[in-house]
Amino acid sequence: MNALKGFSAPIVAGVVLFGLWQGVLSLFNPDGFVLPAPSEIVGALIDNWDEVYQGVRITGFVVVSGLIAGIILGILAALLVTRFRTANETITPLAVAVNAIPIIALAPIFNNWFGLTSPRSNQAIVVALVFFPIFINTTRGLTQVDRSQVELMESYAASRSRITREVRIPNAMPFFFTALKLATSLAVIAAIVAEYFGGRQDALGPMITQSAGLTRYDEAWAAVLASTAIGAVLHFAVLVLERVAMPWHSLIRNPK
Amino acid sequence: MSEEPAMSEAMSTGEAESQLVIDIRGATKVFNPGRSNRVEALAEIDMAVEPGEFVTLIGPSGCGKSTLLRLVASLISPSSGSVQVNAKPAEQARLDRDYGMAFQTAGLFDWRTVTKNIELPLELMGWSKGDRRRRASEMLELVKLSEFAKHHPNELSGGMQQRVAIARALAFSPSLLLMDEPFGALDEMTREHMQDELLRIWEETETTVVFVTHSIPEAVYLSTRVVVMSPRPGTIASTIDVDLGDRSAATRDDPAFFKKVTEVRIALREVEG
Repeated sequence: MNALKGFSAPIVAGVVLFGLWQGVLSLFNPDGFVLPAPSEIVGALIDNWDEVYQGVRITGFVVVSGLIAGIILGILAALLVTRFRTANETITPLAVAVNAIPIIALAPIFNNWFGLTSPRSNQAIVVALVFFPIFINTTRGLTQVDRSQVELMESYAASRSRITREVRIPNAMPFFFTALKLATSLAVIAAIVAEYFGGRQDALGPMITQSAGLTRYDEAWAAVLASTAIGAVLHFAVLVLERVAMPWHSLIRNPK
Repeated sequence: MSEEPAMSEAMSTGEAESQLVIDIRGATKVFNPGRSNRVEALAEIDMAVEPGEFVTLIGPSGCGKSTLLRLVASLISPSSGSVQVNAKPAEQARLDRDYGMAFQTAGLFDWRTVTKNIELPLELMGWSKGDRRRRASEMLELVKLSEFAKHHPNELSGGMQQRVAIARALAFSPSLLLMDEPFGALDEMTREHMQDELLRIWEETETTVVFVTHSIPEAVYLSTRVVVMSPRPGTIASTIDVDLGDRSAATRDDPAFFKKVTEVRIALREVEG
């Protein structure tokens, strides 16, 4: 019941927004040319359900697989640079330099590497985009620890790996989840935009460009709605994961 | 003062030298040696602490009192000289877990409940789960926080967190307790209450305490001996024995208490002047 309470306000706001959207369009824009009404978008979604569903499967796979690989690589790199000084001195500046590249701009080049119709290039874009926020934030969480907590562990003659386990990793959790929330929305954006340039043609990205090219805006919007759903589901999954992983955190215990 | 000489006499009949809890000889500490930001933190410190003493280190900022405490804890090592704890090198004493430590920030782990925080050192020492639980609940009783066993630190007040930190430091019954301004961040009322708690625990557990502070009344109220340090480089300027008998609320209004406070203040003024 309490959980629902938090959702009631945004649901009401959403309903009002869609109501206004539908109402204003039925008054001023009966053709639904520039912006289709919500009812038309839902209609297009139902009419093209098989294509949209296939698109969600393809794009969803690119997003989720890229996300998982990016997370694993980001965490491993963070652990490595925290543990070994030389790793820190070599990987960190390199990562910062690479991060300055607008990765999405590499999509056409990646297509060339992995083949124009292969989803690999799209996955690679997602991995690269997810990696950096995870790596940088997790590293920060592993290193910015309470000095007295480390001294306390040293006073107990705790081993280095024990200090990592007891102090650094729990301390990095909130940093990691902040990055993960950012990374999930980035991953969806990256996958869709990368798909504009290549990869499988039955994915959501091509569906948006092709429908828009044929002025079937209701279908384009239906594909946008489907990609929004991927992002929303992932975001919700992250929230659930966060609760499971750090039930002790004050933001979860005393939500404001 | 009537009992104390008897106690040290009893010790000198045994092996007085090896009985010292802390024995520091000619210890110095230089940070960043050979560089432009070189700091001589401690110069030629000699200090001995006997079992059951409550020694306070006091001095202006930068006098090296925290550095000295960290030398004893072997969290840093001396540039020269020797630091012995329980008749062995400080490093060995740390590896043997001879002391418990409490810091200015309670340093509790938010991801552990109060009980689990107190159990932390016991886990590291390989105590069984049942033993850990039993000891943690004993310690919670000692610091009067039993009803908060399952709470998380961020649900407790600053004073309560500090009590948990003390319980954690004492959980494995170390013979020595090292405290680095543990009450520095507390308000005056909580602070006085915590001082009484600490003295009660000190008497009940018969631990030796080395306590860093920059509050003169706190030093006088708590200690059997106040060590006044002077800065740049840190040295021991003077040592003042405090004999006020059993402390109570009345002690804080006792003329003898004020006399000691004045004595320490004069010693500190000389140091800063």
